[in-house]
Amino acid sequence: MKIGIKARNRISNTAIYIILTVLSLIWLLPIAWLVMTSLRAEPGAYTTYIIPKGWTISNYTKLFTNTELFNFPRWFANTLLVAILSCIITTMLTLMVAYTYSRLRFKSRKGFMNMSLVLGMFPGFMSMIAIYHFMKLLGLDQSLAALVMVYSGGAALKYYVAKGFFDTIPKSLDEAACIDGATRNDIFFKIILPNSMPIVTYTAIEAFIAPWVDFIFVSVIMKDNYQNYTVALGLYKMLERENIYNYFTQFCAGAVLVALPITLLFIKIQKFYVGGVVGGAVKG
Amino acid sequence: MLGMTQNIAKKHIRPKEGFFKRTFGPLLQAFREGDAWTRLSAIIMGLGNLRRGQIIKGLLMLAFEVGFFLFHIFFGWQYLKDFGTLGTVSQRRVWDEAVQIYRRVPGDNSMLILLFSVLTLATIIPFVLIWAANMKSALKVQKQAEAGVKPNTFIQDLKTLLDERFHITLLTMPMISLAAFTVLPIIFMVLIAFTNFDKTHQPPGSLFTWVGMTNVTDVFWGDALKSRTFFGILGWTLIWAVFATFTNYILGMILAMMINKKGIRLKKMWRTIFVITIAVPQFVSLLLVSKMFTDTGVVNVLLQQWGLTDGPIPFLTDPTLARILVIVVNLWVGIPYTMLMTTGILMNIPADLYESASIDGAGPVRQFFSITLPYMLFVTTPQMITTFVGNINNFNVIYLLTTGGPLTLDYYQAGKTDLLVTWLYKLTVNEQNYSLASTIGIFIFLIVSSLSLLVYNLTGSVKKEDQFQ
Repeated sequence: MKIGIKARNRISNTAIYIILTVLSLIWLLPIAWLVMTSLRAEPGAYTTYIIPKGWTISNYTKLFTNTELFNFPRWFANTLLVAILSCIITTMLTLMVAYTYSRLRFKSRKGFMNMSLVLGMFPGFMSMIAIYHFMKLLGLDQSLAALVMVYSGGAALKYYVAKGFFDTIPKSLDEAACIDGATRNDIFFKIILPNSMPIVTYTAIEAFIAPWVDFIFVSVIMKDNYQNYTVALGLYKMLERENIYNYFTQFCAGAVLVALPITLLFIKIQKFYVGGVVGGAVKG
Repeated sequence: MLGMTQNIAKKHIRPKEGFFKRTFGPLLQAFREGDAWTRLSAIIMGLGNLRRGQIIKGLLMLAFEVGFFLFHIFFGWQYLKDFGTLGTVSQRRVWDEAVQIYRRVPGDNSMLILLFSVLTLATIIPFVLIWAANMKSALKVQKQAEAGVKPNTFIQDLKTLLDERFHITLLTMPMISLAAFTVLPIIFMVLIAFTNFDKTHQPPGSLFTWVGMTNVTDVFWGDALKSRTFFGILGWTLIWAVFATFTNYILGMILAMMINKKGIRLKKMWRTIFVITIAVPQFVSLLLVSKMFTDTGVVNVLLQQWGLTDGPIPFLTDPTLARILVIVVNLWVGIPYTMLMTTGILMNIPADLYESASIDGAGPVRQFFSITLPYMLFVTTPQMITTFVGNINNFNVIYLLTTGGPLTLDYYQAGKTDLLVTWLYKLTVNEQNYSLASTIGIFIFLIVSSLSLLVYNLTGSVKKEDQFQ
């Protein structure tokens, strides 16, 4: 009997290893193809083979030297600037809201939270038209400042994860500090924040990633102002019908350059997804 | 536990008052018990505070009131007066005798009238709130004066903003940004749904105006093409959301179980492999995959080379195949997410459940359906509904893979794989049919909110969040 179980276990484990290997190949294939194409010497979007015939790094160098039509370095700098600014603003706003709802008790607290819940149910894209015209009035349309505002404007609705984290910090810490004469301001800055570095990192990284991967909002705000594109929109343009033959391999090179840092950052925060801390994260 | 007892105790001391009494009670009290200064504060804000020596606070309130009325008289009114019609004079050409040419004379701008009317009306809300605070404050300082207590100095008032009233300090900036970038735009767009703001009514060239419920009735039965499109897309959106949610859920969970199984080595490596695919931005991975499935893409070329098919398979141009393709490719996107999120929960299932099941002779399949699945469904139902809602609005997968295509003449400006949200995007960006787009947006909101209400009722944790700590 004992040997029977062991043998069966070994067979099922082998089967699992085989399945996992096959699945890994399926999952990694598009990414491997991306990396190989970015190093491919032959131009063109469609080849009849997967492994390139000639290898080159000129796709990468061309991104930075051949900037007449597609100004990749400029877009990269734009995205970096927008990402840093909106990351700072979003993190501050989100943590302020999360701390308030988690720790402070005031009359309209429930009302505010319910309002946030309802507002979050409107499709985020719906308000873009109004925002676009609003920016136009301010003379900020097609500008990077508008983009920063758009990315950080909804920060007050994205407090759930941070609030959940603050909720787990024992209230006795606050009470003890309060007895020692600390104000709520002191408690926030000297007790809660130092104890919440993981969630600060998480919020900051999430906010930093957003401008790199979004192309919906940026396409509405920027329209045809090529100089102020972000990498996502710029790379998207490379795949339009008239450009795809010449620029497909450069698109892949640019995509690798964007995906690399994003992937590293994401791996750093993946533990927050484990165990369903981030409810409903599969959103477009 | 301590928190709960305190909570119960609190409830005994202060029974919950009705909404009306809670909101208006203090105001009525201010009129009933206030002296002349306090009552006059209703007209001249800050008067009560000025009288009791809170000079700065009183002046600030007065300045706010003056600013509010100046804003309404000199700015708001010129737009608000046209709010009912959204403008009557359209842009026209007038013969200019002096230079002998037609000159363009600007007319009313419906867009600006609506935008600034909403803004002007919205300022009434903070005004009423501050006015009410002014009345309460006037009564408070009056009572303090009567009792011989010195009212707070301005500095002391500021200090409370760091302690008792710290929530005001923290919430001011987030709420301003929320009002500017979420609340006002949403109100504006909801109003747009009741106008005829589309390609042929574009300010400043021409006017748009109120059309009542026309857009809503058009979508339901008034306009055959639009209602066919709406119901067709709604149906597909729901089918898509069901398939995308459940296939990912079950298969992702099975993947997590395989990696979690005792005796499988290199757990961390397997997980990382799948996580990498989430981390790559979707506009990169999905665009790439969509290029792989075109008629001349890698998949079709290889299939023909291996002699499996004669011609290219129309993955993206045949409606049924395209729909199957997006659901299958979505597995590639979604399974790693489910795997990540269920890993922790799976490890919490008590191991003795499985042990006793296998003693009773239950095989792994039986165990999955009688233990794992019921347990997981119990724990993750609310999260699954959130995912379902996320899939209804899953813009990226559809738009990047098929752009909603294949396009069809059966539909109004949409393709066979379009979801409501991608149709909304196309109507705004390509068609400038803002009124119809807003109507669709409102429907999405209604669907999402009714589903979320369900989640809200299912999760006790939401209701009890206060007592959780």
